[in-house]
Amino acid sequence: MPLITDTGFAPDDSPALIDMEALPDAGEGAALDLPLDADIAAIVPHFNRLALIVVPFPSFADGRGFSIARRLRALGYRGRLRAAGHVITDQYPFARFCGFDEVQISDILAERQPENLWLDAQGRAVPPFLKRKARGWT
Amino acid sequence: MYRYDEFDHDYVRARVSEFRDQTRRRIDGALTEDEYKPLRLMNGLYLQLHAYMLRVAIPYGTLNSRQMRTLAMIAERWDEGYGHFTTRQNIQYNWTKLTDVGDILDALADVEMHAIQTSGNTIRNVTADHFAGAAADEIEDPRPTAELIRQWSTAHPEFAFLPRKFKIAVTGSPNDRAVTKAHDIGLRMVLSDAGAPGYEVIVGGGLGRTPMIGKVIRDFLPKADLLPYLEAILRVYNLHGRRDNKYKARIKILVHETGIDDMRAQVEAEFERQMREEGGPLVAPDPEHVARIAAYFTPPAFAALPDRSEGLESAMAHDAALKTWVENNTSEHRAPGHAIVTVAIKGTGEAPGDATTAQMRVLADMGEKYSHDELRISHEQNVILPHVRKDDLPAVFSALRKAGLATANAGLITDIIACPGLDYCALATARSIPVAQDLSRRFAAPDRAKAIGNFTIKISGCINACGHHHVGHVGILGLEKSGIENYQITLGGDHTETMAVGERAGPGISAEEVGPAIERLVDAYLDRREGENERFIDTYRRVGADPFKEALYAA
Repeated sequence: MPLITDTGFAPDDSPALIDMEALPDAGEGAALDLPLDADIAAIVPHFNRLALIVVPFPSFADGRGFSIARRLRALGYRGRLRAAGHVITDQYPFARFCGFDEVQISDILAERQPENLWLDAQGRAVPPFLKRKARGWT
Repeated sequence: MYRYDEFDHDYVRARVSEFRDQTRRRIDGALTEDEYKPLRLMNGLYLQLHAYMLRVAIPYGTLNSRQMRTLAMIAERWDEGYGHFTTRQNIQYNWTKLTDVGDILDALADVEMHAIQTSGNTIRNVTADHFAGAAADEIEDPRPTAELIRQWSTAHPEFAFLPRKFKIAVTGSPNDRAVTKAHDIGLRMVLSDAGAPGYEVIVGGGLGRTPMIGKVIRDFLPKADLLPYLEAILRVYNLHGRRDNKYKARIKILVHETGIDDMRAQVEAEFERQMREEGGPLVAPDPEHVARIAAYFTPPAFAALPDRSEGLESAMAHDAALKTWVENNTSEHRAPGHAIVTVAIKGTGEAPGDATTAQMRVLADMGEKYSHDELRISHEQNVILPHVRKDDLPAVFSALRKAGLATANAGLITDIIACPGLDYCALATARSIPVAQDLSRRFAAPDRAKAIGNFTIKISGCINACGHHHVGHVGILGLEKSGIENYQITLGGDHTETMAVGERAGPGISAEEVGPAIERLVDAYLDRREGENERFIDTYRRVGADPFKEALYAA
């Protein structure tokens, strides 16, 4: 299952994921598998021990992950943030904007949407609102 | 009127090539049909019964003559010579070929238009009062707010895959012509006790199979807080809106199931969180940018005129048809000597909202020559000339009459809203247009229509309620019962600031029975009303539903 970042496909190098129940006992550098219905405020105290949070995308049409990422970043999470599951290339810039660092997809999806399409996706038009924002207009 | 800046231009062009690329990837298999569909929809392209349909946004209903001419050109070149104005200030082309879509989108981009987010589970084309900037009763022009929302919501990375579609409407007048209480979010401009402008924020309204009247979530929101607050509502909805059942996925169901107080607490907490964010909320607009947008909507320089036009008065004295049209189809303008003209896109026996290429060109000419180059599309599927000198009304009437656009029925019983229904739509269970056509013929006599007065009939061809039947004084809902079209009548609906959802009158009736039943209902109303100024809805509220039910089912 390839990991996708701005430089293309890479092998999965991450530590084994822990679930919410194991969170209180997690050591430095833990990687959390975050359920979509998790109470995000409850994990804030553990942010500094987490090196990676993985947000699942059960379907590309289920956009909850985008809001979860925004909320995690707004609450101060600075570690790695991954969108994992059914994410399509067209969503890559959206995922990056919302605070994800990387995307992980299945081998089957990677076959259909290979590396070059993910690299192309970075060239997608940036919504005008964000461009104006970059200029301090909004 | 707003003009695109370099970012808008670049983006709209880029979206056209992006859509061409998405279609290519669908064809070569990189995208499955399931994956392609929402991408197609967020570019305005539907697959209908007989063909693709392209829905083009007319943001907050405002366009200029050049844009109207392009809409006409598209109808002529790539459709069958007409377009259909919708209840959400869009225009639909019902006979679009997939291979032409890229070219059509390019033609739209040439005149600063697009079809972005006119469909799909996205924040849709934002709508506003069609009398904005002209109405005498306005607190503030709602369009700078609507344009700001358009900019913010266009391709918002967080909200492109919502549980369901999301509609926002804005009004700047206490008289609500934008149906704000039937939107996912309705914004009403209000003044604080200290006189500062802001919004009353209404959430969770909607029609469809579960009609709900929106509830006030914030009495007064300062203008500067608008986008962070909208973002808070959308985030709560995106996280918690139901995704297990598309019929329960709108925010109205979330508000209903959560309760408005709990919903308010969640939204306020989310809003507060943003306000505490480092560097302030991400989407708080720079006041200079807001001022720049507002400047585009500076009213035109209206000539200083006496309010009474002697030319118009003497023309009306000699021309009864002109007089009737002026009385019915013009509204009070804020500038003396001016009027707002409603051009009925629903002549006798015609499909509501359908305009031919030739008619669109006449409308463009009228806008250019007589209305400071501005036109509007109303949710009632009419076209508005917002700024016409009263002195020019006879000339406007004469030109419109030649084009078959001078039906004097604004607000009257034949000013019917109807969805495309089974004639076009893949979701429809019954036809809407023939029912509207039949009713428009039955009440075509101008004197009778005038005697009946303000009366709204709204027709939907399925329970999704695109024809707003829930909020018509009389609503007609077309269903299908063992293969036969069957029409349910609702009574007492109201789409304005006193919004009410109509109540079902009784069992459904056949298509042929609808016309006679409505005629009996109207007669019953005329018998019971107290004075000529008592509208049907007033009589209904005074005497109750019983006499009208009796009349409907008297046959």
